[in-house]
Amino acid sequence: MATRPAIAEEVPVAPARGGDRPPGEPRRIGYVYLIPALLIFGAFTLAPLMHAIWLSLFQWDGVTAGKWVGLSNYSDVFSDPVQRKAFGHALILIVFYALLPTAIGLLLAGAVARTQVRGFTFFRVVLFLPQVVALVVVAVMWRMIYDPNNGPINETLRHLGLGGLAKSWLGDFGVALPAVGLIGTWVMYGLCMVLLTAGVQKIPKSLYDAARVDGAGPVREFVAVTLPALRGEIAVALTLCTIQALRNFDIIYNTTKGGPGDATSVPAYQVYRRAFETGQVGSAAAMGLTLAVVIFLLSTAINQIAERGAKG
Amino acid sequence: MGSLAVVAATALAAGCGTPGGSSDDAARTTTTASAKPDIAKAGDVTLTVWDQEVRGGQAAQIKKLNQQFMAKYPNVKIRRVAKSFDDLNTTLKLAVSGPKAPDVVEANQGLGVMGQLVKGHLLRPVDDYAKIYNWADRYPSLLLDLNKFEPTGTTFGTGQLYGLSQMGEIVGVFYNKKKVTEVPKTLADFEAQLDKAKAAGDTPIQFGNLDKWPGIHEYETVLGQTAPKDAVRNFVFQKDGASFDTPEFQAAAGKLQDWVKKGYFTKDFNGTGYDPAWQRFAKGKGTFLIAGTWLVADLADQMGDDVGFFTMPGTQAGDPVALGGESLPFTITSKSKHPDVAAAYIDFLTDQNAANILTETKNLAAMKYDTPAPEGALTQDVATAWKALGSADGLIPYADYTTPTFGDDLGGAIQNMLALKDSPTAFTADVQKKVDASKSGN
Repeated sequence: MATRPAIAEEVPVAPARGGDRPPGEPRRIGYVYLIPALLIFGAFTLAPLMHAIWLSLFQWDGVTAGKWVGLSNYSDVFSDPVQRKAFGHALILIVFYALLPTAIGLLLAGAVARTQVRGFTFFRVVLFLPQVVALVVVAVMWRMIYDPNNGPINETLRHLGLGGLAKSWLGDFGVALPAVGLIGTWVMYGLCMVLLTAGVQKIPKSLYDAARVDGAGPVREFVAVTLPALRGEIAVALTLCTIQALRNFDIIYNTTKGGPGDATSVPAYQVYRRAFETGQVGSAAAMGLTLAVVIFLLSTAINQIAERGAKG
Repeated sequence: MGSLAVVAATALAAGCGTPGGSSDDAARTTTTASAKPDIAKAGDVTLTVWDQEVRGGQAAQIKKLNQQFMAKYPNVKIRRVAKSFDDLNTTLKLAVSGPKAPDVVEANQGLGVMGQLVKGHLLRPVDDYAKIYNWADRYPSLLLDLNKFEPTGTTFGTGQLYGLSQMGEIVGVFYNKKKVTEVPKTLADFEAQLDKAKAAGDTPIQFGNLDKWPGIHEYETVLGQTAPKDAVRNFVFQKDGASFDTPEFQAAAGKLQDWVKKGYFTKDFNGTGYDPAWQRFAKGKGTFLIAGTWLVADLADQMGDDVGFFTMPGTQAGDPVALGGESLPFTITSKSKHPDVAAAYIDFLTDQNAANILTETKNLAAMKYDTPAPEGALTQDVATAWKALGSADGLIPYADYTTPTFGDDLGGAIQNMLALKDSPTAFTADVQKKVDASKSGN
């Protein structure tokens, strides 16, 4: 290492005309070019983030002078049952927002991998549609679908003579969280499917041919060829959906407002309530930042696992 | 850890002071008005007003009154900023504490909005103007109390007056006149009618509680009959010794659970939205609907003369008690440079002329003035109920005022209770625990 000449030493340090230097030479002036982007990034991303971190150390109602409380807003995230419960619900929602949609997407992708489907683009568009609809619209629509008295789900069940299965979907303490979760599944599976089928299309046909020559059936083919080749896409789908699951606000806010009781309360909803309604800005900031850290950790973990698998 | 140090250093370097610390908390010196100011001689004034009067009749009345005020005082220009209720509540604090604060704002009652603003000394008390314009004679006492705050901003219902509201609001019972021929005189009468409706195969009370807050209205409507009105008021205003965990508060929960068990409410009410529930009532399904006067225009439109309104009768016939309140008060900000003009404007929005215009535009004027009888049977029922409540001093305030988080806390607890998950005693104990926790948190 010591032998490696420092580039700067070989170049005359203070040239009369800067333009005489050969191209590609590192120059301090390079950093100047970064300034515009850095300023924008700093002003709109870093500064608010820093400010949020700063606020999270206070007990502040948004109007009067705040009180320094150190890290106690963060310890509340873990000790306050209301906040802990909200994070618990978010983790359950990952099953519905990330695992289920990815599984459904995989099934669809696996099916597509084996055969040519005529008019596939059309089906892809239809299946992708939930992603395009604004979440508020999705929530309002599902509220109607789940309506216990004349919502289509219960009506259908009653017509089929299965009235006993009809439920107060969003009003029942045990059912509300899965019911809200299924809305997420409906929204997200199209995205997973598109990502995964795109992945399938880049798998060389020869691999499938080889598998078939070796006598592999559809299941074997899926496990041995499709699944490993899709590792990257699965990681992307899982990451996107997990983030969506954890920051989920619109659907909760517009369907149940966290109810019944607090059976569907989630961190993002708590952040909104604390920051804008109940004057607990510090606590909201702490919850929001904790949520950001959880999202960061989970997506790192997902990608680590995917990468490690790819090497092994 | 190194990165954390960097973060902390950057935060400090960014010059973040204590949040909110810059607005000096020292009591501002406000001049006290002692005589009726002459607005015509106030010079050219632009009064910026933030209100949430955006729907139908509300928008009509404020537009008309603003025009009349500007015609009366050509030197005053009103710059109106109309916002939705939610938008107003979430943006008001920043606007009022900012450098270009509006002069007059509608600040929602209770600790969440008004309390915070009072605590930050951002609103100007109007007791001096109240004396000059004699506002105390204009309103039933509870309606003034609701707009009063102690200077600390943590207790309300007493203290200094901060503003006036235009419209009254009652939560009562709408009934389908095709099915109910006689207005019940006592709670027992009402229950007998519920039983009859049930036996006839109808839904006795249309109820949708998915939105969490409607249950509070059902609960307090019954609570007004099982508990003395002062017990409810003292609890909401958090007077010393007042508690939610009392036999009277349990009795209301017990009564509601009884109704749930007898199937008097819409099936699966906890999963039914508020709007679908009242819309079903409007279409003629169901006998009664416990709701607020904000539905009057919609129900009258759809049901014509088939719908009537009464306040929930008590255990004995007599003076009515009902949940109710008033619209958001118009208040003056501390930073306003024209408090005299602002006060005259608020006076103008709530005088006899305003009461007439409110009635004309199908609003329920909160003031005690006599107004020409409104058109339509339903609006007349409501106006009669309002007068009766006013003279009997029978209004009890919304419980969601109690603490900033109480609307959600109580709404959730009532969902639990109505689902028969909590007994009445467990329910009241749980709610009181939440009140205590919220108070110690402040």
